[in-house]
Order: sequence, then structure tokens, then C-alpha cells
Amino acid sequence: MAASPPPGSVAEVKQSLGEVGYLADEPAALVAYLAQRLGKPVLVEGPAGVGKTELAKAISRATERQLIRLQCYEGLDEAKALYEWNYRKQLLRIQVESKGDQPPSDPVAPGREAKDASGVLSNIFSEEFLLTRPLLQAIAATEPVVLLIDEIDKTDQEFEAMLLEVLSDFQISIPELGVIEARTHPIVVLTSNNSRELTEALKRRCLYLWLDYPEVEREMEIVRLHAPELDERLATRLVEVVHMIRQLDLKKPPSIAESIDWARALLLLGADDIDSSLFARTMSIIVKHRTDMDLVAERVGMKLGGVPDLSAEAPG
Amino acid sequence: MSPLPAGLAPRLVSFCEELRSEGVGIGTSELLDAFAALEAVPWTREDDFREALAATVAKSQEDRRVFELLFDRFFFRAAESEALERGIGEERRYDGGDGLDLGELREAVRQAIADGRDGEMRDLARLAIAAFGRRGEGSGVIGVDVQRIRRTLGLQSQGRGADGSDVELDREQINRFERHLRRELERALIERTEKLPPSRPLAELDRALPTSPAQDLAAVHRAVTQLKRRLATLGHEQRGRRRGAAVDMRRTMRASLDTGGVPLKLKYRPKHPRRPEIYVLCDVSTSVTSASMFFLSVLHALHDSFRKLRSFVFIERISEVTEVFERERDFRSISERISREGGVADVSGYTDYGRVWLEFLEEIVEDLGPRSTVIVLGDARTNGREPHAEVFAKITERAGRTFWLNPEPRLYWNYGDSVMSAYERHCTAAFECWTTRHLEGFVNVVAGGTPLVEQG
Repeated sequence: MAASPPPGSVAEVKQSLGEVGYLADEPAALVAYLAQRLGKPVLVEGPAGVGKTELAKAISRATERQLIRLQCYEGLDEAKALYEWNYRKQLLRIQVESKGDQPPSDPVAPGREAKDASGVLSNIFSEEFLLTRPLLQAIAATEPVVLLIDEIDKTDQEFEAMLLEVLSDFQISIPELGVIEARTHPIVVLTSNNSRELTEALKRRCLYLWLDYPEVEREMEIVRLHAPELDERLATRLVEVVHMIRQLDLKKPPSIAESIDWARALLLLGADDIDSSLFARTMSIIVKHRTDMDLVAERVGMKLGGVPDLSAEAPG
Repeated sequence: MSPLPAGLAPRLVSFCEELRSEGVGIGTSELLDAFAALEAVPWTREDDFREALAATVAKSQEDRRVFELLFDRFFFRAAESEALERGIGEERRYDGGDGLDLGELREAVRQAIADGRDGEMRDLARLAIAAFGRRGEGSGVIGVDVQRIRRTLGLQSQGRGADGSDVELDREQINRFERHLRRELERALIERTEKLPPSRPLAELDRALPTSPAQDLAAVHRAVTQLKRRLATLGHEQRGRRRGAAVDMRRTMRASLDTGGVPLKLKYRPKHPRRPEIYVLCDVSTSVTSASMFFLSVLHALHDSFRKLRSFVFIERISEVTEVFERERDFRSISERISREGGVADVSGYTDYGRVWLEFLEEIVEDLGPRSTVIVLGDARTNGREPHAEVFAKITERAGRTFWLNPEPRLYWNYGDSVMSAYERHCTAAFECWTTRHLEGFVNVVAGGTPLVEQG
């Protein structure tokens, strides 16, 4: 069904993801591969900032498919996710049609009205008057796409139920129009920060992937991929400090994106080592809560000051 | 890719059966997915096989944990029983084991663990078992032997090497080595006795729920985040909805299409939810010792989520601890400070609910209003003192809603000195609550959802 052939092996997927700047670990590559082979949606869970959304973007780049993104939030409804009737246009059509005719009969009885204007009604509920929203867009796209449903845990359970039809059958039923089936098979990625349990029904339809903060080595590779000019020794040190910070009980542990930001900031500052004063100045890049900053400054900042050169002492 | 061998399908089904018996919900559709997935990956590579299977059948972290435990055991047992049937024994000779002294072995194990190389760990586990066996310390009980070997090798997290070099070992890494040890010991045992030990449910092995406060805290925080969302939007449907509602033009126009463009039905914009004020009263007396840690972590999580929250702890007297929670981040220091500075115990250390209500009413009464939610965490055991239910009634009257979370099973309520029924009457609702599961149930009920099935 898809235009580009599905990948032949896990290694192939891993490599193609790597080529577009996403270093996937084994499970992530495998699930991405399975998603394309089996045509099943993927549910990606994990703490904030481990690259869940980035994975979907990378898949879209690697497969050269367009990315359609649906950002979820509380109160998201089908008018914003699926489709909506363009009522302005519909009104205009009604008015145009009724011009010349005698003025419309008493609208209190809509049944009779509908009969009188059945021609109009069947017209105004056609695709011409349909506003497509992300889900319908993804289903109706002529080229295969990647559909990213971001932070699904932010929505209500009712919304999840609405998604089921899209996820399992790749179709959308519109009462006035009938069923719209997918022309191509989209790759669907759902992400969740695990802030609430998703329903069984939704999980049943998905492949499951848990992404966690990467190991030191992998994060090193990621940082060096995105900030290649950074000195290797400094990068090691940086990743070690970030890992040290993640060990603490923080409101918001630093994400991978923030380690990269920090690495770039260090590059701009021309730093050649992370000492406690530099750390104190740049800490706000990776720690974003006042209480967290106090804690980090106390636990990590002191360590950096106390031992002049930690990186020489703990290699490998 | 490579078609599955004929014998694999029944194996997989029985593996899934076993997962089900451990409470992992696997439907037929998941099973079918698993087969489809395994056809797409080379089943001869263990990593791919395992990940593909996990992605299709284990759909949460907890499920994944159970999956890992069972996967190892199931396929290990399957392989061993096959080997027994066919009479394949392993040449059990550990070359080089004789010459190796314990110090060297120790270092080698440490290094392998630190590097996380599985194959090497397995070989070293065998060596260690052999060396250990020669010393004649084997007890024959696998669990005991594992611990003895571990101690002999001096494996501790953050341990120092023999020569002072610091090879920092994670708990996780040591656990991996332990798993190898356990497996090798089991294999040896199976070969000696020539039969498989009976399979036991996982609960007896090591499926203990995460008990470290960090993990519990995370779960509590999750439940409280839900609670926050629900409380924030709850109770507004009933109260004065029409008054001062703004018309939502977009939706009204849409609805007017049914009537040929004449807006007959007005649609209103949802009112902005009001911010709830929450008062939490938490019993920290000895009768609820086991639960009070849990309660404190609930408080801790509540403080993260609500800005308008005042918390109190009580035993004989009541004491406001809002400030402590706002200043301290670390859960441990919070509980220490509360026990040090709370000043809630007078003489006896027994809870005096009556007095607590009186004090609370006196201190807080003006602030309570219909928007306030009062949550009481306590066992309602008055130690024979006056319960002052009428004072509690006054509190609940002034507050919009009152919930009571009791750390005792409903069965024990009103037995002995518990006066739960006297209080329950005045509450909006009362719940038994001593696990995060219950907490989630409470959140669900508050949210108007269906209550969780009662658990024994």
C-alpha cells in the first residue's frame, strides 16, 4: 500500500534513523521497524525529554513522508482533531440557493424544511464543505504520511475512544457523509508522558515502546552528533554531570534536548572545563525550577568545586 | 522473513498463558500481533525476538517487568526440559578454575560487571560457582548460595576494588550478575536431579512491588495529578451554569445548520473552572504508622499540584505544615522535620479527633467556603475520647466537599474504638485507601467515573 517499500531489517531502520540524526537504541529501532512492517500504531511512553516526539519526526524524515502532528490537550474534541463542517460556507450556499425562491418556510419544523431543501442539504454536506483536521488529513492523504499524536495522556478518555476507529481500521465515519477510508497506510506514533494510565483498548491496538534516559555512552554520541565541535573530554564531563543531576529527586530532570542546549552554550562560551562557577552560571539551561536549582547547586555544584578535575579520575 | 518453526507457536501460546496468570492482560489480538511481529524479525536473534514479543504483549512498564522475569524463566525451563528429554548434558568442566585464586576472580567479576558484558558474566558466574563448590560451602538452596557467593566475592554497590581502584557498581549491574549465578546454579541442579523444579508463581520469586520511596512517590504523584485535573473541573456543571454564561458563536452557528441557518439553539461557552481550595488533614499517630508514610507522600504530591493547598498533621493537636512542604523538596527531610517540629503530640501520643476538630474549626473556620475541599487522612480511632462528631459536621457544612481516606479496610471500620460511621455520615464520601491503587480509585470516584472493583 505504501509508496516506499517497507524496510528489510532492523539494522536498516536503525541506520536510516541515524542518517537523519536520530540515534535509536535497539528496542526503538525494532519497534520502528515493526510499525512499518505490520502497519500498527506505536505507543511511546517515557519521561519528558527523552526524544519521543523526535522519534516520530525522525521516522518521517527517514521515510521521506510528510509529518502530520496532532498536539493533544485537555478538552481537545473531534471538531479540532477529526473534521468540522465549514458552516460559513454552508450558510452562504443556503442563502445563494434560497435566493430567487420564495423565502424559506418556517424553520421551526426542521423535518419539513429538510424535505423541501433536500437538494441543498445533500449538497452542503459534501466534501467541499468539510474542513479537514489532522486525523482526517492523515487518513485522506494521497501520499503516505507519518501521523504523530503527541501527548495523548493530556486528553480525556473519551477522546481515546474516538481514536480507536482511526487506529485500528484507519477510517473515519462521518455521519452525513459515510466512511472515509485511508488511501495510504500512515505510520502512527502516539506519545505519552505517562501522566495517566491509558485505556486497555487503546493499548491493545498499539505496539508498545518505553523510552528512558539514555546510557552515558549513548547520550555522549547524541550530544556529539548535535554539537560536533565540542571537545570530547568536555562532552564526557557534561554527560556525567547531567547523569549526576538526574539521580537527584527533581521536579523536572534535565532532558536530552537540554543536554544538547547546554553543550551548545558551552561551545558559545568557549568553555574548556566545567567548574563550579561556570556550572552555577549555566545551570539554568538544564534545571528549570527554583527549588531544583537550590538542590542541584548544593549537591552537584559543590562536588564540582571540591574536586578540581573529576573527569581525569573516572574514565570508563 | 523467516517462517516460524512449527514448535514455536504452542510454546508462545503457553508463554502468554503464563503471562496472563501473572496478571498481564493479553488478548487474542495481542497474540496475533506477536506472531505477525515474530514473522517480521529473525527469530534466531534473542534480542530481536525478545523485543518484538515485548512490544506486542507487554504494554506498560509493570507488564514489561513481569515479562522480563517470565521470559528468562520460561525459555530457560523450556530449553532445560528439552535437554533432559533428549539426554543432553553439558560437559561440566571449568577450565582454568583450579588455578584461579579468589582475588583474581573477584577482580575479573567486578570488571565484567562494570563493563556489562553478558557472555563474560555468565562464564565468570560458572567459574565462581565452581570455585565456591570446591570450598564446600554450598548449601543446596539456590537463593542462599547466590547470596553467599556474592558475599565471598565482596560485591556491593559502590564498593571499592581490592587494590583501591574504585570500580563503581550499580545495583542493577550486580543484579544482572546475580541472575546469571542463579540461572547457572539452577542449571546445575536440574542436571544433578534430572528433573525440573516445580514452577512457582512469580509473586514468590521477586515480583515484590517497588518499595523504594522514589518509585512509590512517582505513582502517588501520578494519581494526584489526575486528582488535580478532576477537582479543577468538577462540580461546576451543577452550580449556576446558565447564569452569566457566554454564547459560543461558532458552535451556535454550527448548530443552526440543522434549522436552515436560523440559530434556534444557543450554545454556551464553558465557564472557566474555579481553582479549588484544598485542606488536607493527615493523621500521623502510631496507630497509622504504616500508612502515614503513604499519606505523607500523598501530601507531598498534592503540594506539587495545587497552589491553594493547606496541609495539617495531627495526633492530639493539629499543626499546619504547609510551609514545610513548600520549603523542602526532599521527601525524607520533610518527614523528619514534621516529626521534629510538628508539635502534634501532647502527652499520650494517642489521636484525639474531637480536639483536632475543635482546633481546626477555630483556626480555619472563616476561610472555609463552598469552594473548599477538605480531605481527611486518618483511621477515625479516637482511643475512647469524645469524637465531637457535631464539630466535624460543622466543618463539613461549611466546606464544599469533604472526603475521608481511611487506611483500614472497610471491614474494620467501627470495630473497637473506630468511630468512622459517626464521621462518614457527614462526608461527601469515604474511602479505604492504603495503596496507590486505592488512591487512583478515589480519584476515579471523585471524577465521577466508575469505582474500581473492590479488592480483597
